Amino acid sequence: MTDTTHTTQAPDDADILLSVRGLSKQFLTGSGPVKAVEDISFDVRRGQIVGIVGESGSGKTTAGRCLLRLVEPSSGKAIFDGVDLFSLPEKALRAYRRRLQIIFQDPYSSLNPRMRVRDIIGEAIDTHGLAKGAARQARIEELLTRVGLSPEHASRYPNEFSGGQRQRVGIARALAVEPELIIADEPVSALDVSVQAQVLNLIQELQRELGLTMIFISHDLTVVEYLCDEIVVLYLGRIMEQGPARSVYAKPRHPYTRALLATAPVPDPNVRRERVILQGDIPSPLDPPSGCVFRTRCPHAIAACAETVPTRETVGPGHSVACIRQAELAETYQD
Amino acid sequence: MAAASAPSVDTPRISTLILQRKTLAIGLAIIVAITLLAVLAPLIAPYSPSKLSIVNRLKPPSSTWFFGTDEFGRDVFSRTIYAGQLSLLVGAAATALAATVGITLGLVAGFFRKADGIVSRIIDAMMAFPDILLAIALVAALGPSLATVIIALGVVYAPRLARVVRASTLVIRELPYVEAARALGVPTWRIMTRHVLRNLVSPILVQATFIFAYAMLAEAGLSFLGVGVSPEIPTWGTMIAAGRQYVGQADWMTIFPGFAIILTVLSLQLVGDGLRDLLDPRLRKDL
Amino acid sequence: MAMSTPNADNHPDALADDIVLRAEDLRTHFIMGTRTAKSVDGVTLTVRRGQTLAVVGESGSGKSVTSLSIMRLLSHPGRIVGGRLLYRMRDGGVVDLATLSDKRMRAIRGKEIAMIFQEPMTSLNPLYTVGDQIMEMIRLHEPISRHEARIRARRMLELVEIPAPDKRLDQYPHEMSGGMRQRVMIALALACNPALLIADEPTTALDVTIQAQILDLMRRLQREIGMSILFVTHNLGVVAEIAHEVAVMYAGRVVEQAPVHDLFARPRHPYTKGLLACIPDAKRDRAEDGTRKMLNPIPGSVPSVLALPAGCAYAPRCPLAEAHCESVPPDLLNASPEHLTRCWRHELL
Repeated sequence: MTDTTHTTQAPDDADILLSVRGLSKQFLTGSGPVKAVEDISFDVRRGQIVGIVGESGSGKTTAGRCLLRLVEPSSGKAIFDGVDLFSLPEKALRAYRRRLQIIFQDPYSSLNPRMRVRDIIGEAIDTHGLAKGAARQARIEELLTRVGLSPEHASRYPNEFSGGQRQRVGIARALAVEPELIIADEPVSALDVSVQAQVLNLIQELQRELGLTMIFISHDLTVVEYLCDEIVVLYLGRIMEQGPARSVYAKPRHPYTRALLATAPVPDPNVRRERVILQGDIPSPLDPPSGCVFRTRCPHAIAACAETVPTRETVGPGHSVACIRQAELAETYQD
Repeated sequence: MAAASAPSVDTPRISTLILQRKTLAIGLAIIVAITLLAVLAPLIAPYSPSKLSIVNRLKPPSSTWFFGTDEFGRDVFSRTIYAGQLSLLVGAAATALAATVGITLGLVAGFFRKADGIVSRIIDAMMAFPDILLAIALVAALGPSLATVIIALGVVYAPRLARVVRASTLVIRELPYVEAARALGVPTWRIMTRHVLRNLVSPILVQATFIFAYAMLAEAGLSFLGVGVSPEIPTWGTMIAAGRQYVGQADWMTIFPGFAIILTVLSLQLVGDGLRDLLDPRLRKDL
Repeated sequence: MAMSTPNADNHPDALADDIVLRAEDLRTHFIMGTRTAKSVDGVTLTVRRGQTLAVVGESGSGKSVTSLSIMRLLSHPGRIVGGRLLYRMRDGGVVDLATLSDKRMRAIRGKEIAMIFQEPMTSLNPLYTVGDQIMEMIRLHEPISRHEARIRARRMLELVEIPAPDKRLDQYPHEMSGGMRQRVMIALALACNPALLIADEPTTALDVTIQAQILDLMRRLQREIGMSILFVTHNLGVVAEIAHEVAVMYAGRVVEQAPVHDLFARPRHPYTKGLLACIPDAKRDRAEDGTRKMLNPIPGSVPSVLALPAGCAYAPRCPLAEAHCESVPPDLLNASPEHLTRCWRHELL
């Protein structure tokens, strides 16, 4: 059933660690069904960092949770190393839990306040029986050192740490099971700028040294541009544009991407960009606009936008856009 | 490193922590004293609680009878400390039963959406009845005895705990650290105990101290109404019930067991409040 | 105009004509038993008429406490323990907000100085319609009828570009989106035409496209009404968009104040320089072939306000620090006539 909605077939590429196809998630709420994520497809290559960008209600967090089956997806596939994660029974999924991990946004609520750091990291090790006794202790210390903390921190409770240090503990917990793919959900958004840089450096070091693949969920376009290789732009649960980060940032082809880039504050008072200030609010996901969901705020919307859901059109190598006017608008963008 | 300025790594001794909280220390001291009095009653009581002495009936408190005597001439002081044994036993046993049932139901309802509908309905239905009416009905159905009073009170108060546990579980199960545990593949029962239950210790303890107090009061109420334990067995409730007829001429018969209940309930509340602060590591550093 | 010794003249009228607010060596401490949190410990800053001063700092820098001190809305045990807060009233008189009576302060709040917060939901009363709240605000300060107040309230909603203002007047805060609520907060703040608006992280909780709308609105309102704005934020990108002048705070002090272009072009405090260097910038931090360079974070972390170092609070993290920096706290020095810095070694920057 879902196969017909795909514009692309799952590619037969050994480089691809995770291939998401037609991921959809509907929540049933008191006021009716909400399509939080609607027909999302993208690939994650080994060793790459894929950025998922969007504002509130874009479904970026739900998409990440679905990939980990923390939220059960409504439909779609997530082929991880040849196996569809979404069709795995709970038992078989447990083995895969070790290979995919998550880092959270809020360094406060992501650590159990009643567990010592040693037990937080130890639980990960124990769950998969990775080490026991002295080896377990050594592994915990190694992980703490690896994320820039010291072994003495093992006996402390989370409340004895600063936000940045807590985030490091969360990273150590994720690393404890030696995952291949890490989903980082706004991991630096709650941190101060100077601490944010420390954590971003740590994430990169780990990514390089451990050969990690990463999905980096964020609303911060500056960080994503710096960090990510590929980028997926979400709006109201749909993909507006996706492609190599450099190409998307250099030549954004969707009006929404352009607006996002134009409104992201840049720490330079001399930058006077074309100001594309979107009017109005993000519509309620309970009652999304017909056709293209972005049309109610799009400066280029025409009558046809209300009628057809735009399909993704390829505009460059790996770069695709869901906008029926992308070809004609592309000309006005040349500058 | 930066954390060097954070509080010391050593966890202070539990005794130090308790002593630093005056109300907790006072509450604990009173509870311990009352419990000791009750347990050591055979050694402390100047008279047997059941020794009749028609000559000395309804004597006011004096140096011979600290709390006076009742309508059969029994020593009220001796009876009060003996009665503590059963009153505390009923309170503790009913609380333990309520906790076991309530925590289990609450966790199951909070964690498994499918079970929630049924469990929540039952909880709501039970809480719709006044405690004492429900207890009376249960005791009547099971036949009055010490065990049925305990069971009845345990069942009556279990929904209170279940509700607290369910509500907190619903919140905690959505927290990122629970998600992290799920993402790690930690089995559900471990998540329920390690991540959820451990963070519920303080609300459970607070509720448990309340239930302890309520159960003691309810036992007194049941005895007072004559549906509790046999009137011959001294509990604070049966003593007050017996003293009721003599309130005008021998108020000490009700005042002293009544005071015992009040003191116990009050100190339980102090302990509950103190423990809540003590058990929360987030508050611990603010000593 | 900017003095290197701020207390040189103690006469209240020593406020230059174009200055609306001047904090001089403001100290706000939180005294808890034997411990004292020196959240604000020597803040000197200047807000000019019709301009926006952005106060930027990380968490714990004292930026929010500074704005609450100006409004005198400190919660217990916070207290202004020193310094002056010279404010020029609309009638031209100068008052020291730090020592003003509570009664006179109440008359100033809303009418002379208004404030908006990060989370508009918590600063709006959920039980009243937004119309009622704006009308109440107006009638608190001006003796006008309900009918007139409603007309004014409607005009305020139009001013902040809220569509269908008549309908919105009768709505409750929870019926609105975050962006709309922040507009309502701005309307509420501006209802009595204050001379100074204090905005504490007003766009932090908003999405970028909504943030852009609010920043745009604030700029437009300032142009039209001519109010001065003290804009508290942690986001240097937002600073670059909205500020005329910038005051950078670190550990309870303003370590640098300068016109926005000067500050970004040549920061004269190593902390400011460090902050700018650690914000990722793909153009600077990624090579031609796309490979990333490591960022340059500031080492260590912010000192606790419970135990500030004796000398410069930034010295333990500063690449330029020498022995002198660690023992003697730097004065506010002039790096150029309009550029103030608390760094002994600013000439090296």
